[in-house]
Parts: sequence; structure tokens; C-alpha cells
Amino acid sequence: MSATAVSETVPVAAGPGRRGPAALVRTLRSGWVQLPLKAKIGVVMLGAFLIVAIIGPYVAPFSPNHVTPSQYEAEGLTAKHLLGTDNLGQDILSQMLVGTRSTVLIGLLTGLIATTLSVAVGTAAGYLGGWGDEALSLVSNVFLVLPALPLLVVILGFFPNAGNLLIAVVLSVLGWPWGARVIRAQTLALSNRDFVLAAREVGESPSRIIFYELLPNEVGLIAASFVGTVLYAILTSVALAFIGLTDPTAWSYGTILDNAFTENAVQTGAWWWFIFPGMAVALLGMSLVLINFGLDELSNPRLRAARGLRRIGRRAWRPADPTPVLRDYVEEMA
Amino acid sequence: MQFVVRRLAFYVVAVWTAVTVNFLIPRVVPGNAVDAVLGQIRSSTPQLVNALKKQLGVGDQGSILSQYVHYWDNVIHLNLGISTSPGIYPTPVLTEIGRTLPWTLGLVGIATILSFAIGTLLGVFAAWRPGGWLDRLMPSLTFLQATPYFFLALVLLYFFSQKIAVFPFGQSYQLGDTVGFNWAFIGSVITHGLLPALTIVLTSIGGWMLQMRNVMLTTISEDYVLVAQAKGLSSRRVMFTYGARNAVLPNIAGFSLALGFVVAGAIVMEVVFSYPGVGFTLVQAVGNSDVPLMQGLFLVISLAVLTASLLADIVYVVADPRARSRQA
Repeated sequence: MSATAVSETVPVAAGPGRRGPAALVRTLRSGWVQLPLKAKIGVVMLGAFLIVAIIGPYVAPFSPNHVTPSQYEAEGLTAKHLLGTDNLGQDILSQMLVGTRSTVLIGLLTGLIATTLSVAVGTAAGYLGGWGDEALSLVSNVFLVLPALPLLVVILGFFPNAGNLLIAVVLSVLGWPWGARVIRAQTLALSNRDFVLAAREVGESPSRIIFYELLPNEVGLIAASFVGTVLYAILTSVALAFIGLTDPTAWSYGTILDNAFTENAVQTGAWWWFIFPGMAVALLGMSLVLINFGLDELSNPRLRAARGLRRIGRRAWRPADPTPVLRDYVEEMA
Repeated sequence: MQFVVRRLAFYVVAVWTAVTVNFLIPRVVPGNAVDAVLGQIRSSTPQLVNALKKQLGVGDQGSILSQYVHYWDNVIHLNLGISTSPGIYPTPVLTEIGRTLPWTLGLVGIATILSFAIGTLLGVFAAWRPGGWLDRLMPSLTFLQATPYFFLALVLLYFFSQKIAVFPFGQSYQLGDTVGFNWAFIGSVITHGLLPALTIVLTSIGGWMLQMRNVMLTTISEDYVLVAQAKGLSSRRVMFTYGARNAVLPNIAGFSLALGFVVAGAIVMEVVFSYPGVGFTLVQAVGNSDVPLMQGLFLVISLAVLTASLLADIVYVVADPRARSRQA
């Protein structure tokens, strides 16, 4: 997804002759090559989590609910339980393998719903302008300023045992304005570009202009906002589960951590119980942050500092400068 | 002028939304404050139920519209009702908020200020030497940022409270200490606050640093910075007076917003450390189905965020002359 995103950072009106599977593969491949190293690492990590989310429940060595009889204490790492057990003798590794699906699913679902909303509102507001823009911007700004986590806590307090879909919907309702704002700004900027003005002059319909002229040039931005939303959804849903506001019988990273916390894993020193699921969330979040970093670097060459920094004769040139400055020289003078 | 009117309209709508959401939530979803209290008393007579209904302001109150008007009246007079949580009932919600708010403001406020100050400064230095050691440290800070609050909190709690018992496990002060202005109490509050504050600083500092670095990178490639360097100004002067001063604006705007979210608190942090602030109390209120307390806390939180947002607007206009001339 991010690979296709990057090929479109330069405004190009989508025309015929760039279609077909072969072209798509070519675009994907050139996108992958262009992708900064950070983003490549991120994509690979995210891919690993996706695979676990799909096959996890089938490869788990135990049922996550399988209780070892007459065990009352969390047990450390053994050959049988690679990542240890909880206080009932349930296998942590199995819980994580099964729980990945729910966490990833909430993230992707929220990303999908919220990004769709933000693209719809953002392009509509940016393209329509006038009163429609005022109204839509007002709504998204109000949503932006409502404190999301407390509101989620209050809402989910009224829906005990909320399922994945409900959580994703609530997260989306509160999460779309971030993307909408960025996409609106980009749409506004693009609407005054020559190719859009030309399209209007030629008499293309608004829907055609939006879908064929504007959106293809916002793919990078939309991808970035999707990734950001998924990250927000994953961190927030895990936090909500950790507080104990979601269905405690449905396994997710958050539920495992909630169990560990309420059963005093910290006080009893059962570190494996919260370290491993916590690391999983952190790595999942990290993969998304890396992807977004990569997308950022692609669109803003000035951020490519470390990579683009060229050294000539032991002196650092700042590559973004129109006229390079020999900084060492300047500092020697100072 | 048009800008000011537009912003004011925005705040009117935002406050209206916050209050209305607060009004609607308990009415859309079933749940009864009277039952919550009756459950604690374990007895129920018609007289008792009627008395409770009167005290809690629930039950027959006419149409939803008149209830809505009544609710606004209550909000304006800060009449937020009575908490129904066990152990708290029948304390007024306002008193309860007054008790929890200082803890959150103190802890999360100080941590946010520290995080902003240190993060921004580090961002300046990271941008000044792109590819330097500080700049290369950024990815690891990003990792901290992607790390969920509570995970870091649990890990630190494990190391500093379980492995080596330097810090206490939670709460805001040692039970048994006399609450008041004495050294034992103040010391206790500080040792109890250090670890939670550290978790907040560690998880939020990366964001400030990254934003500062990115804006700073753009700023120092401007021509006027080049001129400043060319005419032989000291590095420090160019870095702070020419670079950082102009690059810090987005960070300052973000900071005024962050101050508003201080009240919203690090809910999760407060849960992990059982810190008796706004967030912890909110989660408890949800657990006890204490609707008046939930509503009151959410109202305070959203109004605080709105105030901070207004503050951010003002700060931006004051700090950035370009914003003033554009909007005049």
C-alpha cells in the first residue's frame, strides 16, 4: 500500500496508458526501490504482524484459555511455554498469537473507515469551498478539539464487552478529522494548479476531477494519514483494553496486559507476562512510525539529512541549501 | 476581524457540542443512577426511591427539551449533581473534581512542561548537526513514542519498584502521612510523582524533538540564516536568535494545546500508578456506573481542552507577526 503511494508524489494527471498489471508491477517495484530504508524495515515488520494476525490462531501451541491444573503462580520461560505462563498456567505465546488478530484488525478497520471519512470530507471541503467548506471544517475542528480518550472511556463505559467492530467504529468517529484537515489543505492547494483549472475549463464533471485529477495526486498524503490512523487506533484500543473497558474474554494484546496488571504481575516479578505483549505493541507501532517516516522523507527531501549529507574534503555540505555552505568554515570563523 | 469572528463561532459551537454530548450520553444509553445508589444501600422502599430520585435529579422531568434546558441551567451554575460511587456518595461532583484536579494538574503539568522544554532544545541541536549523534538518536526516541505509555510505565515500575525498590508502586503519597504543608508529606508526594512524571516525559519528548528538528531544518536552510552565518555571527546566535526563534512557533502552538490535554490527563498513566487524578477517577466512575461524576469530569476535561485551544490561538497571533498581518 505504501509502495504504490510513493510513486505519485509528483503531481501527474493520471492518463491512459499507465494501466494494466504490468504497469502496476513496474510502479510497485520502482516505488519499493525509491522507498527509504526506514520505510522498508517498517513494511517488512508490518508484514510479519499481518502474517501472524492471519495464521496466529492456527499455529498457537495451546489454546489461549488452556489452564494448567493446580498451577497458581505465573511460570517463567520453559521449553514447553516459550514465553512463560500467566498465574493460571495459560500460555502467553498462544495468547499473543491469537490476540494479534484482534489488535491488528481494529487498527486496519479504523484506518479504513476513518481514512474514507477523512478523504470524503477533506476533498469535499477543499474542492467545494465557500459555505460547504466552512461547515465541514467547523465540524472537523470541533471533533479535533474534543478529548478523544476520555470520551472513548465514557462511551465504552456504557457498552461493556464491546466487540472489535464497535470499537473500530467509535475510534473512527473520533479519529477522522486529523486526516481530513491535511487532505483539505492539499486539495485546496491542488485546486488552483493549472491541470485542475484546465480540466474544469474543458468541462470535466466535479466527480471526474476529484477522482481522476485530485485524488491520484493525494495518494501519498492519504497513505500517510491511513498509517497514522492505524497507529492511533492500535495504541488507543490497546490502552482501552488495558484499562479494562473491552470484552475481557476476547484475546488481544490489551487484554493480556490488563490481566497481567490486575493480577499483579509487576509486583510478583512475572516480567514475561507484560514485557512480551508490550514489546509486540511497541514493535507494531514502530513499524507504522517507520513507514510514515519514510513517506515523509519522500515528500520532503530536506528531511533526508543523514542520507543526503555529502562529505567533501572532510567538510559537511548541507544538501538542501541552494548555495551550499561549508559549515565547518563558518564555525571556524565564529 | 473575520478571523476572530470565525474562531469565536468555532468556540461557541465546540462548547455547545461538549455540553450536548455530555447531556446526551446517559440518555441514549440505559443505566440508572438510583439503582447505583440502591445497590449500595441494599434496601429499597418507594419513599427511598423517590427521595433518591429527587436528590440525584433523575426520573420524570418532562420532555427531553425541558431536560436539556434544565441541564444547561445546571452547567452554568456549576451544579453538577451528586456522585453515586460507593465511598463517595453523597459528595457533590464539584467537590470530587476539586479534590482530584490538583493531582493531575501538578503531575502531568510539570511533566508536560519539562518534556516540551527539553524536547524542543534537543530538537534544535539535532537539526543544527544533521547526521550528528543526536540526530541519529532520533529513531530510538521514535521507538519510545510508538511505545504505549503503559508499557513503558510497567517496565519502569518493574525495574524501579520491584527489582530495586527505589520508587513506590503507586498512589500519590504514603498512606498515613499527614496531608498538609509539612516536609514528610511533600517529600512523599515528590517520590511518588517522580516515576509517573518520568514515563510521561520519556514517551512525549520524541514528538517535541522531531517537530522542532523538522521545522528547524527548513528554517536554517533559509537565505537569511545563510546571511547571518556569512556576516560572521556566532554559531549560538545564529542557532537560537535566527533559527530556533523562528522554528519554535509550531511547537509553541502544540504546547498550548498539550496544556489542555494535561487535564484530560494521562488516563492510562494514572491507572497504572493508581494516581488519584482526573483520569483515574474517571475510569473508576465508569466502573461504578457513576453517571454524574463521569459527566462532570468529562465536562471539566473538555472545557479545559477548549480553553487551551483558545490560548493556543492567542499565543500564535501574539508570537507570529505574520499571523497578525494575515488576519488583520
